[in-house]
Amino acid sequence: MASLRLLLAKPWIWSFIGALLVWLATVAFTGGYGGGGMITAALSLAVFTVIVGVGQMFVITLGPGNVDLSLPANIGLASAVAMKVMDGNDQMIAVGLLAALACGMAIGAANYLLIWALRIPPIIATLSASFIIQSIDISYGRGLQIKPPPGFADFTNRQILGIPVLAILTVLFTIGAAIALQRMIYGRSVLAIGQNIRAAWLAGVNVGRIRFLTYTLSGALGGLDGALLAGYFRGANVDIGNEYLLASIAVVVIGGTSVAGGKANVPGVWGAALFLVLLLTMLNTFGVSAGVRLLLTGLIIVGVITAAGGQKALR
Amino acid sequence: MRPEMTAAPVETGPRSSSERGALARARLLRSLLPALSLGLVLLAIAWLNPRAISYFGFSLMLNLAIPIALATIAQMFVIAGNELDLSIGTFVGFVGCVTATWLKEAPLVGVLILLGSIGVYALLGALIHLRNLPSIVVTLGMSFVWQGLAILILPKPGGKAPDWLLSLMAFKPPFVPFPIIAALAIAAVVHFGLMRTSYGVILRGSGGNAAALSRAGWSLLKTKIVLFALTGLFGVLSGMALIGITTSADANIGNGYTLLSIAGVILGGGEFVGGRVSPIGAVIGALTLALAASPLLTFMHIPPDWQVAANGAILIIVLAARVLISRRER
Repeated sequence: MASLRLLLAKPWIWSFIGALLVWLATVAFTGGYGGGGMITAALSLAVFTVIVGVGQMFVITLGPGNVDLSLPANIGLASAVAMKVMDGNDQMIAVGLLAALACGMAIGAANYLLIWALRIPPIIATLSASFIIQSIDISYGRGLQIKPPPGFADFTNRQILGIPVLAILTVLFTIGAAIALQRMIYGRSVLAIGQNIRAAWLAGVNVGRIRFLTYTLSGALGGLDGALLAGYFRGANVDIGNEYLLASIAVVVIGGTSVAGGKANVPGVWGAALFLVLLLTMLNTFGVSAGVRLLLTGLIIVGVITAAGGQKALR
Repeated sequence: MRPEMTAAPVETGPRSSSERGALARARLLRSLLPALSLGLVLLAIAWLNPRAISYFGFSLMLNLAIPIALATIAQMFVIAGNELDLSIGTFVGFVGCVTATWLKEAPLVGVLILLGSIGVYALLGALIHLRNLPSIVVTLGMSFVWQGLAILILPKPGGKAPDWLLSLMAFKPPFVPFPIIAALAIAAVVHFGLMRTSYGVILRGSGGNAAALSRAGWSLLKTKIVLFALTGLFGVLSGMALIGITTSADANIGNGYTLLSIAGVILGGGEFVGGRVSPIGAVIGALTLALAASPLLTFMHIPPDWQVAANGAILIIVLAARVLISRRER
């Protein structure tokens, strides 16, 4: 009983409960048909949201105003870079992934350069950067119709006992991210900066370096996500990352990370991503129109955040 | 976005007159910067295509400036209270769909829907204050709601603007093009309301130092409700003006306005926290964006692929100039 109460006190448990409820509602509607397949599909789609969600989480944890709005453009450009470098050739998969990662890291570093050199709010810096990245992508990826190498496409779609391989790898990655956040100097510094940037600086945290690393990390994850998405959906696309702007912010906040910074939650990102994907599946299963689907998605996001309540001020 | 309480700079003691003069100059330069950037864009256009600087040219180039200016003002009100509205774009689209359907066919119902949507904004303000919610997430959720409603009202692009709205937006006053007159009027009205009335000071104060305001006996709930309702009101005006120009609607018509409005406020000298906003600056910022968005780039023969990038670059250049100036202020 005590352990149950302890579990319920965790901020991330609610997103998993939400995901479970949505799944149960859908299974009840279909009369138990396709419940397992739904989980497999939800896992494979949630992976992409989780990867960028973790990057966004580190950025948001840096404190008020920190957010990476360049992720969609970043994902779009990286997907084109990955496909062009791989060029449909199985031997080039690793090189293509590295190129996408490098492209994302360069974007993240450029974001921080703008924030640091021009002292402009990260929202505006990453927004302006995303305009430029988008143009580069449009011009670079014009008429790009390269299919991913067959080995890469298979890899992004492979399953073991109904569990997508990518999902297993992403779980390992998120465990690593959780350790980095809670047990490593880097993560503790991010949390410290989010709680009070001045206090962190006075305590000897190298604020500039940590913020630089965080934006670069977010960029790198965006780049990786772009390459994986291009593999999963069999081709790069300028608009491939569009939905991940809202999704990456939504999973971070629904997952129990504080928008005010200084308090992050890795498991919650998984719960929230599964919740969002299953929610879409449920509404599709119910056969509602696009308008009703958007309306309900919005109302449920507002409802969840209202029920979860805002964070009390840390000070 | 939870604000950090940023206190206004306090005069700590007597300054030497030269120091004060330099500070005043820097402040003046800073408040003139939005106008300077607009002037720069105008100069560039005049240099590239002198014929554009005419009654007809401005009417054409500033075609969409009125709805952009109104949406920017809408965004400015929430920013004055340290919040952010990520749903203003889809809200403008929703209003557009209502305007092109209900407001034409059943004006009374249309008016009620629009008033109701302003009420929803007021409720959101109350909800955000009472439950201490991050406005980014709430308005993110609402952006889905407005888009969903817009699609339900108008599944396919179409509808038609009411005739009175069409004739209003097609108004051709002598000598000065209508968008310029409208922009001046919007800036003047909002400037008076927010900068010159006593409750306007309270509204900005809720973003500047909420704790002090609440200890002085003002209701923070009320200021938040008023700020959000004003955002809703100007969002409605923006959507109606947009449909008056485009004549028909589309559920996605306003999507670009969210980012445009935020950029406009910041270009106009506003800041995300601290209640530091400027209505005149916001309108100028919106005009700059409207002009820089396509007329300037077309005249510069920038290929369509790179027009979005040029927008980003213009934003960065203006903000860089602002940093150089405000660095001198400190």
